Amino acid sequence: MSIVTVQLGQCGNQIGQELFNVISNDSHSLRGQCPKTESEAYSICSQERFFSEGQNGASARAVLVDMEPKVISHTISTAAKSGRWKYGDQSSFCQKQGSGNNWANGFCVHGPRHEEDIMDLVRREVEKCDRLGGFFNMMSMAGGTGSGMGTYITQCLRDTYPHSFILNQVTWPYGTGEVIVQNYNSVLTLSHLYQSSDAILVHENDTVHKICAQLMNIKQISFKDVNKVIAHQLGSVLQPAYTEGVSEYNRNPLGDLMKSMVCHPEYKLLGLRNIPQMSETSLAYSVFTWPGLLKHLRQMLIANAKMEEGIDWQVRPPAGGLPPAEKGTHNKQLRFNTSLANLLILRGKDVQSADTGGFMDPALYTSWLPPGVASSTWRTPMSFNRYEKSATLVSNSQFLLKPLDGIVGKAWNMFASRAYVHQYTQFGISEEDFLDSFTALEQIIASYTHL
Amino acid sequence: MTQSIVVQVGQCGNQVGCRFWDLALREHASVNKKGIYDEALSSFFRNVDTRRSDGDNNDISGGKIRSLKARAVLIDMEEGVVNEILQGPLRDVFDSKQLITDVSGSGNNWAVGHKVYGSTYREEIVENLRKAAEHCDCLQCFFVIHSMGGGTGSGLGTFVLNVLEDEFPEVYRIVTSVYPSAEDDVITSPYNSVLAMRELTEHADCVLPIENQSLVDIVNKIKHMSHSGKLGAEIKQSSTIISGQGGVKGQEKPFDAMNNIVANMLLNLTSSARFEGSLNMDLNEITMNLVPFPNLHYLVSSLTPLYTLADVNVPSRRLDQMFSDAFSKDHQLIHSDPKHSLYLACALIVRGDVQVSDLRRNIERLKPSLPFVSWNQEGWKTGLCSVPPVGHSHSLLALANNTCVKPTFIELKDRFMKLYKKRAHLHHYLHVDGMEQSCFSEAFSSLSSLIEEYNQLDATKGLLMTDAQRLNIAV
Repeated sequence: MSIVTVQLGQCGNQIGQELFNVISNDSHSLRGQCPKTESEAYSICSQERFFSEGQNGASARAVLVDMEPKVISHTISTAAKSGRWKYGDQSSFCQKQGSGNNWANGFCVHGPRHEEDIMDLVRREVEKCDRLGGFFNMMSMAGGTGSGMGTYITQCLRDTYPHSFILNQVTWPYGTGEVIVQNYNSVLTLSHLYQSSDAILVHENDTVHKICAQLMNIKQISFKDVNKVIAHQLGSVLQPAYTEGVSEYNRNPLGDLMKSMVCHPEYKLLGLRNIPQMSETSLAYSVFTWPGLLKHLRQMLIANAKMEEGIDWQVRPPAGGLPPAEKGTHNKQLRFNTSLANLLILRGKDVQSADTGGFMDPALYTSWLPPGVASSTWRTPMSFNRYEKSATLVSNSQFLLKPLDGIVGKAWNMFASRAYVHQYTQFGISEEDFLDSFTALEQIIASYTHL
Repeated sequence: MTQSIVVQVGQCGNQVGCRFWDLALREHASVNKKGIYDEALSSFFRNVDTRRSDGDNNDISGGKIRSLKARAVLIDMEEGVVNEILQGPLRDVFDSKQLITDVSGSGNNWAVGHKVYGSTYREEIVENLRKAAEHCDCLQCFFVIHSMGGGTGSGLGTFVLNVLEDEFPEVYRIVTSVYPSAEDDVITSPYNSVLAMRELTEHADCVLPIENQSLVDIVNKIKHMSHSGKLGAEIKQSSTIISGQGGVKGQEKPFDAMNNIVANMLLNLTSSARFEGSLNMDLNEITMNLVPFPNLHYLVSSLTPLYTLADVNVPSRRLDQMFSDAFSKDHQLIHSDPKHSLYLACALIVRGDVQVSDLRRNIERLKPSLPFVSWNQEGWKTGLCSVPPVGHSHSLLALANNTCVKPTFIELKDRFMKLYKKRAHLHHYLHVDGMEQSCFSEAFSSLSSLIEEYNQLDATKGLLMTDAQRLNIAV
């Protein structure tokens, strides 16, 4: 089954290009320790999922959308330089003038205006697929095109393909500001995406920046470095793997992901943790064991750590036997992160020996899903992107609660003074619309708080 | 890619504009080695085949550069300045059809510029603008350059602003206004300025006020550096922001150094819209992020670095110095004290070899010393453009929407009142058809309410603002 990727805005296009790079390199790399049939099955599955074979080589199953041309032309030319894959000649849509960081401009003006042309491009990609596995929309939350127009396009996809899975990858901006109205744009994006998307996979620029600085030891971090890390994390989720008890590579990754992770429409925010992450030079000298990796990952989940350094080992899951009402406050006191569902994806040597029992502990989860259902594992003996062993945790839990609360708080403060609101009403988003969005997000925050 | 049109009005506007076109050509020449007419060039220039004589339809898109024509409209009510431009080395850049001139000037009288010449030339102005707009694929912005103290730039310039809003309501209007200094030799400059201010408040999207005194200070600072002869501190002459070296123009004229600064500021402002980078910042993003309330659109600009040293080694520490300098008073184009007033919003446009981590590090470092309004504590808009300006490896333009412009306006108001109380020189204005005393009182009250809006925001400074009560959701 194939996934059609829609890259929206500058951020979406820049990360998307890195993602296809990672996937292409991964499926073509030689792996000595795996039998050839295994390698081939992996490559074939990955190629079919992300690329279509044309006369001139592999063409990414992607639609590139932006309101101004500079980023798209740069993205397409960089991809072509790799020699291994490229974007389709007719797969991009752009206009002359950007959205000006204005969500209302992206959503109310550019979206409807260009809906037909963009959906046309999507339809052409979909027709190239033997079987459509779903849509992967990549965008940022802070700007105007990715956030505003991206939300509109997601809605269109939902209307046009009501039975397909839609996964949105959303990049959260730096807390100290990239765009002044980023909090407004974020609130409007998340509240609307909740209605049309199946799940929202989140990356925070602050977190990825720290990973680059502390784990990968990059001195002068550029957006390219940040995007590479995000692409690595996404690739580790989307590349082929075996779901439990199945002997063929999963045909329906998005469907399986939704089934495991999103059991309730009120809880759609997914976070990613991937270990190990380190610079190439350090990698050569490091050896990992599955028990070690899994122990770290489990503690990262429980203590809400964003990366494998600075984990608070003091935080422990509560002892069982507490009634649900008390459990909430108890957990809060312990700074314990309650999960709704977790998905482990393990890639690399000796993966069958890895014991994921630690994640089946009922104390980690809310009471209304049995751990057998709430926790799942995918595995593959194929190593991923230079890492001999790599473990990824996709988690639907409280760990986005604090950043989300922060964003809503700041946006609300700004809204109280009505600053910048005239820029939005000019394009069709009224104060009522703002209030609706705030209400929706407070609802989401409340739901996650009471997990 | 979008296009912008520059409308230069009056002596000051045309002289600054002239420097702008010269430096723009220089910048594109240093980037565009192959002589191809690319998207970046098209934002300010048309590619024209002058051999063909079929008038307006000789634009060429793409391919080699034939003859570049500026997307500009030059307006002046006396011929001296424009004639000089047409006889100088830049004459080929301008089309004779882009000019609107008269003979006698406006006599430093806003009313003459706005009411008399406005009505006389309205049709011709509209015609000219329409033609310039038709040559554009996607017109995004009008840049108006003028001064506030005189008659043409101030009066006719603001009249043109009105016309732009009427005829092209969806196109942004960014105005670069040169404000008169206290020792201005034009006695009626306070009248002209206040009358013009009202138009700017009501009809411009963004205003970049410039003060001559600040420009003079920067020029002196650079000249001092060049002549101090300190060892290891030799400056690359062509890299200073006051230098026109490498441009088309030959001899430097008196105001050229100062005007080059303003021209450089405009080039930096539009750099991210023209060239690529890892975090683009288009012109509409500037008007979106820096204008929280419709009337408060006056932005304080500061440029760094002023020059590069001849010594090529640029350690990272100097990069941080660039950020600190942007917030020092020596680099501002208007006299004001932002650090002791309230920031409403701030934009940093970085060019050259600077990465996001450098940007973040410096924002973290500078934030504690800069007072931001309570509802915009992280009010930073950032842009990274990969192409540096000529002669530099990196540069920074900081645009701040800050209440520190208030003293400038208050001073203007006071100078206005001094004259107005005595009704001095008023008869020159009231003699003009269409001009009444109410024009003066309305302009005055517009300025007063603008100052009052800034006052209200200033009042919140330093107060510990409690967070607004959040919505309560029933669980």
